[in-house]
Amino acid sequence: MSEIFSANNRLRFIALAIALVVLVSLPFWVSGIYYINVGSQILFFAVFALGLNILVGYAGLVSLGHAGLFGISAYATAYMLQQGFGHTSAILVALVIGVASMALFAVLSLRSSGIGFIMITLALGQILWGLAYRWISVTDGDNGIPVRGRPAPFGYSLTDPVNFYYASLIVFIVAVAMVFIFVRSPFGAALMGTRDQPRRMNALGYHVWMIRFYACLFSGLLTAVSAILFVYYTNFISPQTLSLTASAEVLLMVISGGPGTLLGPIVGATLVVVIKTVVSGFIERWNFLLGAIFVAIVILVPEGIVPGSIRLWRLITRKRAAAAPTTTTTERTP
Amino acid sequence: MSRKVTRRKFMAATAAGAALATFKFPAPAIAQSAPFKLGLLTVKTGPLAQGGIQMEQGVLTYLKEKNNTFGGRKVEFFSADTGGSPAGTKTKVQELVERDKVDAILGPLAAFELLAITDYIAENKTPMLSLAGAEDITQRRPNPYFLRPSATSAQAMHPMADFAAKELKLKRIVTVSEDFAFGHEQMGGFQETFENAGGKIVAKIWPPLVTPDYTPFVAQIADCDGVCQGFAGSNPLRFMKTYASAGMKYPVVSGETGGDDALLRIMGDEFLGMYSCCPYTLDLANDSNKRFVAAMQKDYGVDPGFYAAGLYVATQVVDEGLKANGGKSDDRAALTKAMRSVKLKDTPRGDLSFDQYGNVVGDFFIRQVAKEGGKYVNKTLKTYKNVSQFWTYDEKAFLARPVYSRNYPPVKS
Amino acid sequence: MNFWIVLTVNSITFGGLLFLLASGFSLIFGLMRIPNLTHGSLFMLGAYVGGSIVIGLFGFKLNFWLAAVLASLTVAALGALIERFLLRQLPGDQLAQVLVTLGISFMAADFCLMVWGGDPMSVATPEGLGGFARAGGAVFPLYRLAIIAIAVVVAVALWLLLDRTRLGAMIRAGVDDPDMARVVGIRVSQLFTIVFALGAGLAAFAGIIGGPILSVYPGLDQDMLPLALLVVIIGGAGSLLGSFVGSILVGFIYNFGQALLPELAYFVLFLPMLLVLLLRPQGLFGRHVP
Repeated sequence: MSEIFSANNRLRFIALAIALVVLVSLPFWVSGIYYINVGSQILFFAVFALGLNILVGYAGLVSLGHAGLFGISAYATAYMLQQGFGHTSAILVALVIGVASMALFAVLSLRSSGIGFIMITLALGQILWGLAYRWISVTDGDNGIPVRGRPAPFGYSLTDPVNFYYASLIVFIVAVAMVFIFVRSPFGAALMGTRDQPRRMNALGYHVWMIRFYACLFSGLLTAVSAILFVYYTNFISPQTLSLTASAEVLLMVISGGPGTLLGPIVGATLVVVIKTVVSGFIERWNFLLGAIFVAIVILVPEGIVPGSIRLWRLITRKRAAAAPTTTTTERTP
Repeated sequence: MSRKVTRRKFMAATAAGAALATFKFPAPAIAQSAPFKLGLLTVKTGPLAQGGIQMEQGVLTYLKEKNNTFGGRKVEFFSADTGGSPAGTKTKVQELVERDKVDAILGPLAAFELLAITDYIAENKTPMLSLAGAEDITQRRPNPYFLRPSATSAQAMHPMADFAAKELKLKRIVTVSEDFAFGHEQMGGFQETFENAGGKIVAKIWPPLVTPDYTPFVAQIADCDGVCQGFAGSNPLRFMKTYASAGMKYPVVSGETGGDDALLRIMGDEFLGMYSCCPYTLDLANDSNKRFVAAMQKDYGVDPGFYAAGLYVATQVVDEGLKANGGKSDDRAALTKAMRSVKLKDTPRGDLSFDQYGNVVGDFFIRQVAKEGGKYVNKTLKTYKNVSQFWTYDEKAFLARPVYSRNYPPVKS
Repeated sequence: MNFWIVLTVNSITFGGLLFLLASGFSLIFGLMRIPNLTHGSLFMLGAYVGGSIVIGLFGFKLNFWLAAVLASLTVAALGALIERFLLRQLPGDQLAQVLVTLGISFMAADFCLMVWGGDPMSVATPEGLGGFARAGGAVFPLYRLAIIAIAVVVAVALWLLLDRTRLGAMIRAGVDDPDMARVVGIRVSQLFTIVFALGAGLAAFAGIIGGPILSVYPGLDQDMLPLALLVVIIGGAGSLLGSFVGSILVGFIYNFGQALLPELAYFVLFLPMLLVLLLRPQGLFGRHVP
């Protein structure tokens, strides 16, 4: 048993090292800045998906309003810059507003769980969308707010796509590390406890509401961070970013990849971004394809691509190693 | 319904044509035999798809007519679907500029898409020909690589207001238009000219772009003798239905999108008598337009409207500009300059040239919807010749005023 | 004065249309516990199919009412298929069911664009209802008044179905306590298919009835779905009375909000939903939290 685990760990370590090398060296072997920009998009949408996954995967709370939170941070950044503030203060204010809105979201929606939680977050998301769309004196409605320029931390101007990619990569790696540590911490274990056995956790003396509230704040932080990268990337924000479809899309990233896994949201974000940006250039009916892929995923690999592939892999290797004993614990984190 | 030309298919066809051409006529080995890369930003999914699909048809019609050759160079065409969102437009313009390395871009459709990428285009020095509104890109914040061969948002509304005040003798008008830049600017231009001519704008009503039922807005129309609607896409249809079903009878005037010829086939009696001003009209009797309309009917089975014609003309400008520049496209500034310097006679919209900001100077047509032989038609009543974006105003004085917006000019009580 | 009367009548009309759309949504939500995110697509599909039959796009022409019935039956059959072959595969997994309905709505929107193109389709007002009724200084389109009548007829028919028939009793039992219903021998799975098909058919019927006012265009699904959700959350899932009251309420808030508070129109539209969720999660007339 212990041998299998250490072999697994070694394998995992090698895979991680390879992934890191591939990501860091991407600008050197990818031809042209277009694909580097696609890479940046995958990275910050992955951070967004990781943030939502804290709730969907580890807390069992499905939010259909996250695009609203994402949008509020993006609008805050754009608005501050438009008012003439510097990048540092714009980013700080956006982070604070993002997390504070999440706190408000949480206070309102944590009164329920399950479908109730979905509905409340959906209503909140729609309210934020409605404000962005119609509160013209602040948001300029459909016209949106343009953002001019990108910051230049330590003298590296992020206007350069390669620099922007590395900035996104650093944020991404930090986010992954944070989630990794979070999930393995006692707090993460308690959160998963509230997902699987909320009543028992309560009886054991855990403050279920408070645990979920902190999880929401963490999710809100990652969402705000990704939104700031997004608004600097597109140099523009408009109400469509807050739409219900946008909330659905990021939820699809999480669920298609595999909720409650570290790798799942990253794979899901990659899938969605690649279909939206690259594949849509070749297939005119790409929305149909996106829908069909999700239906197929839910029906065929309901646990998501990552756990599904692992299951298939184990099935195959088990057949090969015929009688070898295998543990079939439902492992949530790869 | 819509004929679909997937990009892959189209490129394969172009490549095959190129191969055939080289086989038949051994071309002299000069540098300009490299294909000219032409990109299109359009919308093929979502609510704006109607205009977007026509935009692509307009480009393809011109390319077919010219056998995919501009000034001796093969044209490689790249069409990208922005999905009608600013973020999507940003992604797609990057695809065209950074991956496909196009020499010029046609589109995008909507002002909010254009606003999201205008800085990017200037930074990357790619000539762009768009029919989107957003006045300031050819006025107070000019973009040196931008051309608008269609019209600014207000360009058609100045003559429309002139006509409404002087020929229709209207005195008090309520404006209704979508609540975004294109609508704001259209109605601003209308108000300016209409009030200069002695009329009065009683109220300005702004329904959002997405409005399932216009009744709450139609109910606010009162105390006037005319209505100006500035809707775009499929919204004119839905607005006019609600307007008629509320029993409203005031004459309606409109711009290039509100009375678009492409809407004729889906209009109903509620449109009869509506006036519109447009930089293109289906019934213009010149050779170029006859050729264009015949080709559109043959290939797509539809009468072209403003979007198809606008893109056909834009493609024509690229072709003529490239020819004038000796077929060279490496120096983008020179290419843009060449395009801005063209003076065309035979286009589906008649004579056309550009001002120093890259905006079109051309003819504008006042039309009225009528029924002929069971079909709805836009009959041209009057042509305003050589209209610039500044109308009859002094350019300096015009640019010294704020840009037309939701609150400018203000409604006087 | 005129303004208020017109808006009031229109609020009721719009409410009536919303009731046709939302009553099916409510039954599905109440019985099966899933927010069916394809409901807007079914509405749009019904309008497209019905509108095409009216103008003879499929090679045959029917009058408005027959077309409405045929389109509703077609979409109801489609709904039954979706339930049987997709949702049925995911018993008890609400999240997966939400996702599948979302995926289908993406596909449906693109399918409509593929078949009908981007042009809006206008549906002619049915014969005899193109005129106006006059009262005082105000003018009311007959067809809009007819929608109110249709909504009332459908409401009564649904009430009779739920209250007076065996099927209705089974549905009510399923809504109140699905486990108990199963124990007493009601074939819940078959019931699900029937209710889903009924809901789909009602949505399609609402689509074609709404056609002459709203016309049909790409994006109609996204415009209507949030309104249906609003009605059901406010009224309470599974409650017919709740859907009715909720629809009229939303009709009023929508019309008066747009006209009087344009900048906050969507804020005041979704605020009641939030308040209900917080203060009375089961909705005004719902019996339990879904």
